[in-house]
Amino acid sequence: MTDMTVSGSAPEASQMPEKRVWRDIGIKRRYAAERRFKTYGLVAVLIGLACLAMLLFSVVSKGYTAFQQTSIRLDITFDKKIIDPQGQATSNNRVLLMANYPLLATRALAKTLGVDESDRKVRRELSGMISNGVRTQLRDMVLNDVAIIGKTRTIWVLAAADVDSAYKGQIDLSVDQSRRKVNDQQVEWMNKLAGEGILTGRFNTGIFLNGASSRPETAGMGVAMIGSMYMMAIVLVLALPIGVAASIYLEEFAPKNRWTDLIEVNINNLAAVPSIVFGLLGLAVFINFAGLPRSASLVGGLVLSLMTLPTIIIATRAALKAVPPSIRAAALGIGASKMQMVFHHVLPLAAPGILTGTIIGLAQALGETAPLLLIGMVAFVADFPATPMDPATALPVQIYMWANEAERAFVERTSGAIIILLMFLAAMNITAIILRRRFERRW
Amino acid sequence: MSDTMEMAEDTAAAAQAGAKPVMMRGRDVCVFYGEKQALFGVDLDVRANEVTALIGPSGCGKSTFLRCLNRMNDTIDGCRVKGKITLQGADIYDPKVDVVELRASVGMVFQKPNPFPKSIFENIAYGPRIHGLAKTKAEMEEIVATSLQKAGLFEEVKDRLDEPGTGLSGGQQQRLCIARAIAVSPEVILMDEPCSALDPIATARVEELIDELRENYTIVIVTHSMQQAARVSQRTAFFHLGNLVEEGPTDDIFTSPQDKRTQDYITGRFG
Amino acid sequence: MSEHIVTAFDQDLKQLAGKIAEMGGLAETIVNDSITALMRMDGELAQSVIQADRRLDALQFHIEDQSVLMIARRQPMAGDLRQIVAAMRTCNELERVGDLAKNIAKRVIAIGGELRSKKLAIGVEHMAELAMVQLKTVLDAYTQADAETAKLVRERDEEIDRLYTSLFRELLTYMMEDPRNITFCAHLLFCAKNIERIGDHATNIAENVHYMITGQQLTDERPRSDEIELADFDSDN
Repeated sequence: MTDMTVSGSAPEASQMPEKRVWRDIGIKRRYAAERRFKTYGLVAVLIGLACLAMLLFSVVSKGYTAFQQTSIRLDITFDKKIIDPQGQATSNNRVLLMANYPLLATRALAKTLGVDESDRKVRRELSGMISNGVRTQLRDMVLNDVAIIGKTRTIWVLAAADVDSAYKGQIDLSVDQSRRKVNDQQVEWMNKLAGEGILTGRFNTGIFLNGASSRPETAGMGVAMIGSMYMMAIVLVLALPIGVAASIYLEEFAPKNRWTDLIEVNINNLAAVPSIVFGLLGLAVFINFAGLPRSASLVGGLVLSLMTLPTIIIATRAALKAVPPSIRAAALGIGASKMQMVFHHVLPLAAPGILTGTIIGLAQALGETAPLLLIGMVAFVADFPATPMDPATALPVQIYMWANEAERAFVERTSGAIIILLMFLAAMNITAIILRRRFERRW
Repeated sequence: MSDTMEMAEDTAAAAQAGAKPVMMRGRDVCVFYGEKQALFGVDLDVRANEVTALIGPSGCGKSTFLRCLNRMNDTIDGCRVKGKITLQGADIYDPKVDVVELRASVGMVFQKPNPFPKSIFENIAYGPRIHGLAKTKAEMEEIVATSLQKAGLFEEVKDRLDEPGTGLSGGQQQRLCIARAIAVSPEVILMDEPCSALDPIATARVEELIDELRENYTIVIVTHSMQQAARVSQRTAFFHLGNLVEEGPTDDIFTSPQDKRTQDYITGRFG
Repeated sequence: MSEHIVTAFDQDLKQLAGKIAEMGGLAETIVNDSITALMRMDGELAQSVIQADRRLDALQFHIEDQSVLMIARRQPMAGDLRQIVAAMRTCNELERVGDLAKNIAKRVIAIGGELRSKKLAIGVEHMAELAMVQLKTVLDAYTQADAETAKLVRERDEEIDRLYTSLFRELLTYMMEDPRNITFCAHLLFCAKNIERIGDHATNIAENVHYMITGQQLTDERPRSDEIELADFDSDN
């Protein structure tokens, strides 16, 4: 019997006669090449990360101030003499609408600062401190509650955009006052108010809630966000079912012949078509031919659906192809019909892939600008769209429009809007990851 | 010759020889994949309550023939089947025959264990559900339990029926697949190299199971292991280059085959 | 027959056949020597036969080991399996043949050289010649894989049996003629019985050869004529 003891008596290879073949394997060269390749890869990754960091840094450093808005706390007296000097408020409802509300704010500011507001120059400079948006703010308060007239309320009013910029240090105060938008007097008042804590930066809710406005301090992305949401909903409702149905048919049911090959090639080509072409198509078909309203998020949604469809089809087909054939065989083997096989087994297994593809497609659609320009979504829309048929804008379009504005305060808002858009995209991608995880855990 | 006459003859012949009646019969079965012919006029009988082993080198057509028996070849593009295959006398390639129904009577177990990525219970319940075999939840539970018992898996998994079937070991998965096939009460079970992915112990369990199942089902098994064919089958058919070379009782095939090609193949002389 | 894909298997089978041939040759020699020793009352030759039988036993162990190993390692099928099984059986038969020859040699030593009369042993010698031809033929049939010859050997065994019966009567007559012959004739009778057994073993080998080649067991009753199956107890020791 052979036993383990044999190993002890066996000679080691080193004691055996020299028989090894000399091989020119160039160990050093191989390892050097491998190290070099790793270095290239690392450098490429680092360059990518640096670019991303630069982009984020530039956007965030410019844009984070957009989420802060300089405001002034004022004790505003709703003086009946100013609002309704003739006492016609009950008979003529235009009186309350047309009243000189900014004057109330100017007075309150003068009182706070302890200056005489009867001087016209002083009054002009005072009113230049406060955003014109105060008119709507106070009017809405009065219209909500007429009883407020004659009483005093402590409220925060927005500072004018130039004061806002000055307060955030975006205006160079060392140059002569004739060459800048805030004069020395205003700066002095600003500093005084800031010292007393009356003028301060507050979180800017307006950028999320307001519609378009020519005054930067009251301009917001509200309409754009609603428009984008409508469009995403339309894309989801249209492109997902159509795309998934088309892919299932092509992948599982369609015979493999020249026609299906042709369709496949065309779908792949469609995915590569520049998005502006889809915009032209939308303009021609949906607006000129079908007569749908311009600037409506419905049309935007339809165009983006067309654009997203190839992406979803390609992703879904890949996901369906990735389902192991053994599962199909198993289902067919116990007598499931083809339809049962697809819907009971293949589709659930492909769902995470389909979902990821869809969300990537949606994210792409969310960031798309060009086709929307052509269907008139570059519009000044101040009112919230109630339905997808109403005029609206979209997030990227809003960024495009703000980037074209001249005022200093719009620069930070543009960056702020970009931050909001990026956060939307991040949120969608995270949703994709979470859904994927959850689906995969079910199996 | 009509089917009924053939059947009558079979029964008579079977009674004479003491052999089992024929469950499935293939006559002049030819299979084409596109232009390429994979099977050349195979005549083979599968007898009831017996294990019939199909052996032969790779690409000899044994799996192709197996897949003809429940028309799994239908799912392959460009695959054509000629000739006649009957199940209990009825032509299974008759246009009136529903493939779904056929596959419920002729179940299949595959080479790689392929449980659905669902719970053990769902794996087995799926077949009976789509075929409407259980009306109530209790009936379904009964079917699942008996199927698992028949597959010799019940004791091992009874406490974790809601755990995923993919979490079982390879051998258990394969027995789960067998239980899944049993659950729809087939007459015939086709097995395509069911043990090729299993270790010897798991293989032994599956072979033991096959032997037990023979009592109630007719089994056709394709295997690359001659030892396995010798161990589990009652009849063996040797395929070579798309032809059925020799068919007979396993005892004879493995001790004294008649055809030289069979002899060469099973003794390991094939070139 | 073409070669195995695993060449080591072919070598193993060849080696096995070689060992059987060697064993067969040795068995033939032993039988031949034992008969010569009997005829010449050569105690030395008888001693060498007893020695040679040990070598035969060793060969048998070796062949059995090899066969078991081959079954375990190669899992032989069909013809290969039959060849190995036949080798195992044949080496058993040959070992028995050796034992019988050894038994004859032992009797030569026991008789102790007092050959009563050459005449008495003539019948035994004739029978031994026949048995040796049978053994040689069947071993040739084994190496040449000749089923027909093997079948012939099997049928010819009847002749030995017949010879044994007549020899039995003859020796009985001698014993009755002269009681001094009894011891010697009794020894001769046992030797004759041993030779008859050797013939039987040759027949068994013939059956193995037939099975090895055709896969069919020869089960039909072959003609038997040794009705006087007495003294069966003596065949072993």
